[in-house]
Parts: sequence; C-alpha cells; structure tokens
Amino acid sequence: MNDQKRKIHPHKFTLWVAIGSILMMFAGLTSAYIVKRSQVSWLMIEIPILFWYSTAAILVSSLTVQLSLKALKAREMMSYRRWLMITAVLGVLFLVLQIAGFKQFGANDIRLVGAGSNASYSFLLAISGLHGLHVLGGVIALVVIAIQALRETTRNYNTIPLEVAATYWHFVDVLWIYLFIFFNWMK
Amino acid sequence: MSSETITLGQAVAEVHSHGSHDAHGHDHHHEESFLSKYIFCTDHKMIGKQFLITGIIWAIIGGLFSVLFRLQLGYPEATFPFLEDLFGKWAAGGRISNEFYYALVTMHGTILVFFVLTAGLSGTFANILIPLQIGARDMASGFLNMLSYWFFFGASVVMFASLFIQTGPASGGWTVYPPLSALGQASEGSKLGMDFWLISMALFIVSSLLGGLNYISTILNLRTKGLSMTRLPLTMWAIFFTAVLGVLSFPVLLSGAVLLLFDRNLGTSFFLSEIVVKGEILPNEGGSAILFQHLFWFLGHPEVYIILLPAMGMVSEILSVNSRKPIFGYLAMVGSMFAICILAFLVWAHHMFVTGLNPFLGAFFVLLTLLIAVPSAIKVFNWITTLWKGNVRFTPGMLFAIGFVSLFISGGLTGIFLGNSTLDIHLHDTYFVVAHFHIVMGVASFFGMFAGVYHWFPKMYSRFLNNTMAYIHFWVTFVGAYLIFWPMHYAGLAGMPRRYTDWSNWQSFNMFADMNRFISTVAMIVFAVQLLFVFNFFYSIFKGRKVTSKNPWGANTLEWTTPITPGHGNWPGDVPEVHRWAYDYGKDGREFIPQTEPIGANESKH
Repeated sequence: MNDQKRKIHPHKFTLWVAIGSILMMFAGLTSAYIVKRSQVSWLMIEIPILFWYSTAAILVSSLTVQLSLKALKAREMMSYRRWLMITAVLGVLFLVLQIAGFKQFGANDIRLVGAGSNASYSFLLAISGLHGLHVLGGVIALVVIAIQALRETTRNYNTIPLEVAATYWHFVDVLWIYLFIFFNWMK
Repeated sequence: MSSETITLGQAVAEVHSHGSHDAHGHDHHHEESFLSKYIFCTDHKMIGKQFLITGIIWAIIGGLFSVLFRLQLGYPEATFPFLEDLFGKWAAGGRISNEFYYALVTMHGTILVFFVLTAGLSGTFANILIPLQIGARDMASGFLNMLSYWFFFGASVVMFASLFIQTGPASGGWTVYPPLSALGQASEGSKLGMDFWLISMALFIVSSLLGGLNYISTILNLRTKGLSMTRLPLTMWAIFFTAVLGVLSFPVLLSGAVLLLFDRNLGTSFFLSEIVVKGEILPNEGGSAILFQHLFWFLGHPEVYIILLPAMGMVSEILSVNSRKPIFGYLAMVGSMFAICILAFLVWAHHMFVTGLNPFLGAFFVLLTLLIAVPSAIKVFNWITTLWKGNVRFTPGMLFAIGFVSLFISGGLTGIFLGNSTLDIHLHDTYFVVAHFHIVMGVASFFGMFAGVYHWFPKMYSRFLNNTMAYIHFWVTFVGAYLIFWPMHYAGLAGMPRRYTDWSNWQSFNMFADMNRFISTVAMIVFAVQLLFVFNFFYSIFKGRKVTSKNPWGANTLEWTTPITPGHGNWPGDVPEVHRWAYDYGKDGREFIPQTEPIGANESKH
C-alpha cells in the first residue's frame, strides 16, 4: 500500500493528461490567431472593461476552491460546503460577465459573426467561447460535488474528487489568465 | 489499483474497497443482464470487441465505396443499370454522377482513416490488450472507457445518417479543405452533409481523447508488480505512443473543426476571403484557407502514425512469438517509436509544399520528413533480423505480420520521393501519392490489424479462426494489394491526377485505360476476399475450433496466463507478478519462458 501512496492517483494523472490535451487545442487556436494577425485586414481589438472584472472573479474563485479543499482536509464540513458553493457562484459570475462583455461589442456596432464581421473579433469570440465551455464544465463538476456533499447521510472525507476538480479549476483560471494576457498583448 | 489487488489477494471472496480505489476489479460471478454485459459494458474486453465489430461494419461500407468508384474509373464508358436501381439520381443512367463520385471518395477516406484504422484498430487492441498485457483487472476508468465507445457510436450514427441526406454526405475530400467545405453554395456535398461530417468528427475526437487518456493513465499507473516500463511488450509501447500522439494532436483538429463550423453557420471569415461563387460576391474578407490546412495537417500527419504505430507494435510481438526468437533490438524499437512520435509533430507542412509555402521553410520540413526514414529503417532492420534464422511458424497472424513488413518497406520508399519538396511539385495530388499512402498507411495498417485479429482471436472468443479461409485471405489480399497499388505509381509519375471521375477524354492518360480496368478488377476480387474474412470472423465466433490450452501460441506475455475465457477482472486469483521481459524465446534450451517465471539461479536479471 505504501508503494501506492507514493504514486499519483490515476484520476489525478488522467486529469493532467487531459489538461495537456486541452492546452494543445488552445495552442492551436492561439497560433492560428498569431498567423492571422500578420495578414491584411486585421483589426485592433478593444478588450471590454468587463473582462477585467471577470478576470478578477475567476482569480478569486481559485482562492475559494483552495479554501474549500483546505476545509475538507481539516474535516470542517460546513466551511467546506460554503466555500464550494461560493466557488461555483463565482464561476457563474465569470461566465455572466464574459457574456455581458460580448454584448458590449454589439452595442458598439462591432459584428462578431455574420456579414461584415472581422476575423479578429470572431477569434476573440471563438477562443473565449471555448474557454467558457470549459469553465461551464468545471461549474457542473463543482455543483455535482456540492450536491453530493449536501445529500450525504454518512460522512465522506474522500478528498480525491475535490482535488481533481480543484486542479481543473485552477487550470481553467490559469488558461484564462494566459488568454487574457495574450489578447491584450496581441491586439 | 494493481498493487492494491496484489496485496489484498483472495480476490474471489473479497470485500469491496470503496473510497479512492476503483472497486470493480474482482472476479465476481454476479448475474449480468444482456444490457450490462453486451451494451453498456465497462469490461475492457467487451468494449474492445464493440470497437472491433463496429470497425468491421465500417470497413465493409468504406471498402464497398471504393469498389463503386473503381467501377467508374475502370469502366468509364460502361453503364450499370443496377447502380441506378440502388442509388437513383446519384447514378442516373447507370453511371456514377460527379457528385456521387466525390461523395464516395470522401466517405471512403473518412471512414477508413478515422472509423476503421483509428477507432477500429487502436480502439480494439488498446482495450483488449492493455489490461491483459500489463496485468491489470481493467482500465483506469471503465466508465470513461465506455463513454469512449459510445461517443464513437454516436459519431458513427451521425456519419451514417449523413449518407442518406438528400444533398448527400460531405464530398470535398477527407481533408475537407475550405473554401469548398465552408460554403454551402459551392457544392451539394458542402450543404447539410458537411455539417454532419463536422459534428460526427467532433464526437469522434471526444471519443478518441477519452480513450487515449485512459490508455496512457492505465499503462503508466496500473502495471502489475515487477512489470517495469522496459519489460513491457512492444505492443504496449506502441499503443502508449499512439495514445500520446492522439491526445496531443486531435484537439488541434477540433479547434479547426470548430472554426469551420463558425464559418459555415455563423458567417465568420476565419478561412474565407474575397470569394465569388457562381457570380455572387461573398461579403467574407480577411480569412485564410491555408490556415485550415495548417490546423488540419497538424493533426493529419500524427494521424498517420496513430494508424501505423499500433500495427507496428502488434507486428513486433507476433514476429517474435512466431519466430521463436527474442525481438531484435528491443530498446532500439522503443527508441525509434519515440523518435517517430516526436518527428510526427514536426513534418505537417510536407503536405503543403505546393500551397505557396516559403521554400526556405520547406527545406526544414524536407529535412525533418526525410529524417523519419532513420527510425523507420531501424524498425525494418530489427523485424528482418528477428526473422533471420528464426524457427518460423507460418500461422495466419505471422503471414500478415510479414506482409506488413513487406508493404511498409515498399510504401516507405516512395515516401522518400514525396518528402522532397522539388519532386513533390510534380507528384503532388497524382496517383503516386495515392499509391504511396495506400500501401504504407492503409494496407500495411490493415495487415497489422489482421495479424492482430488472427493472433488474439483465441483470447477474444476462445476459438480459432479457420486456417484455410485465413490462408486464402492472406495470399489474395497480399498479391492483390500490390497488383492494385503498384501500377498506380507509373500513372502518378506520368502525372495522372487524383480526384478525377473520368480520364477517357484526356489524351495523355488514355494509355492507362487498360491498367485502370485491371486495377478495378483486382480491387473487386480483393474486396470479395475481405468478405470471406468477415464470414470467417463471425462463423468462428460460434463454430470455430475451440482453444484447449491457455497458451496456444506458446507466448510469454501475461494475457496467456489468464483462463481460456477470462471473466471480468481477468485473473480469478491474484494478478501474476512479472520477473522478466516479454521476449525470452529460445533461451537456455527452452522454447519460451513466460514473464511470470522467476529468474533462475544461472540467469542474470533482465
């Protein structure tokens, strides 16, 4: 058993491989963006101010998911559930702010899709949209874990599911930070 | 999990351990319903069979399509009224219409590359062999594994449905280059069929990612006690590298597919710029069609090795077992697969030499492409030296393995021609390319797959395939493959382009009319013999000669230490411990020494 303890849990390992895979997708998209950027008719992108707020929200949520994990390890179940719910809410807030940010483009007469749209803005939508789907997946995972925590009749102190979810959550956070810096730098 | 089950032992009457470990890995004999045993099954052996049989069905469809378009190519003047009866307007007057021809070649390529040689090949053998050869009860996650099959099934359903759309399935070639694939008004096949193609491929990518994650994590984490990475059979190494390639390259195709879906349905201009279709000026500007080719081939080239590597691994294993000799240069085999894996990501632009790629950049891609010849040659050398002075048993699996080596050499050599950017200007999109990739990737991988099916069929179904039918299958397919694809090299060197329905009015290529008729005839014969194999397969599941010993081939690897019909959990007692590598054949006067046998007093550790 000691031998097993030193090894990384298979589920965590699988997640790391999956993270590598998701990274490849965004590497493909951002390199496509770089290639496109060097060509004619590229427009300078205005990053909506709301994206700064959403970035703050997802940064804080990384902190709260860590607090939730810490609470679970200390077996403080009340505080664990609270931080877990707060993290999920912050995740939803992030998504709402992102969508509101894209709505702003419409208000400023910038077409993201359809006739008259420019690939630079479409890229912003496609890349952020795919990232948003990954955040949504994380929110669903957190909600599932939270529901299980609330429904349980016997106490379960198994930290693996939350550890996996937290690692994924940090990953989508770091991924957004990368994309955000990328968009600001490459606009 | 493996060490858990070893230390706990007594697997038959055991308490389930909940918590951090999967608790499904024990040989319980609880009653299973039909649904949980055959349909929504999490047992890796059944999932492997699901992949194999779905793959066989797809192979029949994809193969049949090639027979249909070969009919057109071989007999451009003739009419076949039965085609009109079957396909209606697609074959009006008994002749295959242009749209139908393009739909057939596109679907032939898509089906065989993705559904048969990716899902059908690595899906089948990764699932069946990984836990059995590494001494695990099941995959790291049986549930993900089940999802992997069902996403593949979903992809299959969508692709199959696209065949029955009024405007037909996707027909812009299996590479679906925009702008043709991005604009519905460009062709019939770029309408609804193309959306179905993209959705099906997205599901397929999810399936192969879920599978790949599981394969990697299982091979790295669940090996039994004593089975270090350097003791793994080469099949495991090959499947491991295949999964790594898939996990890193398929997501890039997914991003390309998503952007293409945007262009098609949301009016964006990722790949579209300044286009006039049938007099209509489109509003799109600023896109780049070449960008899609980069995204596509960044997957597309590793995909070639995703198809080829599992075949290489199985062939290595089968050659060694049936030569009764250790594999020659085990570490060189692993090293060369690793080198192929790395190079696979660095050569994609050799598919794009004629797209206006900077010739200076092209030079690097030429160099890296030609470098692949080195690990390939190492592998070929090792296969031949494994056979050299071996005690060769010509089982059907062995014949197909030797056939693989032959085809890999023939097809690989023409790759050296095509890898040169200067020669490629002449040879690009000619029949030379068709011949090259069909031999080295298509037929060779099929041979690896056949070798695997013949060799591991006894483990899958506890019966043997019929040998007479197997030998007919091998010889006709082997000779036929060369007769079909060898002559295409000549036509290609003469400049005959691919993707044309009819050359009969083209003076320069009229001289190949007889040759085309010959190729078509052989193709039909070879296809008929594949049906014989399919018959043999299903017949033998029920009526084949029964396996009477655990280890019919006298092989060393762990799958042959399981019961003749292994249950869910694979070994009824403890998982065996491994003491040596997988290739102790003909050692110390003994024919073979299984991996489970401890190192003797007069042996050194291996």
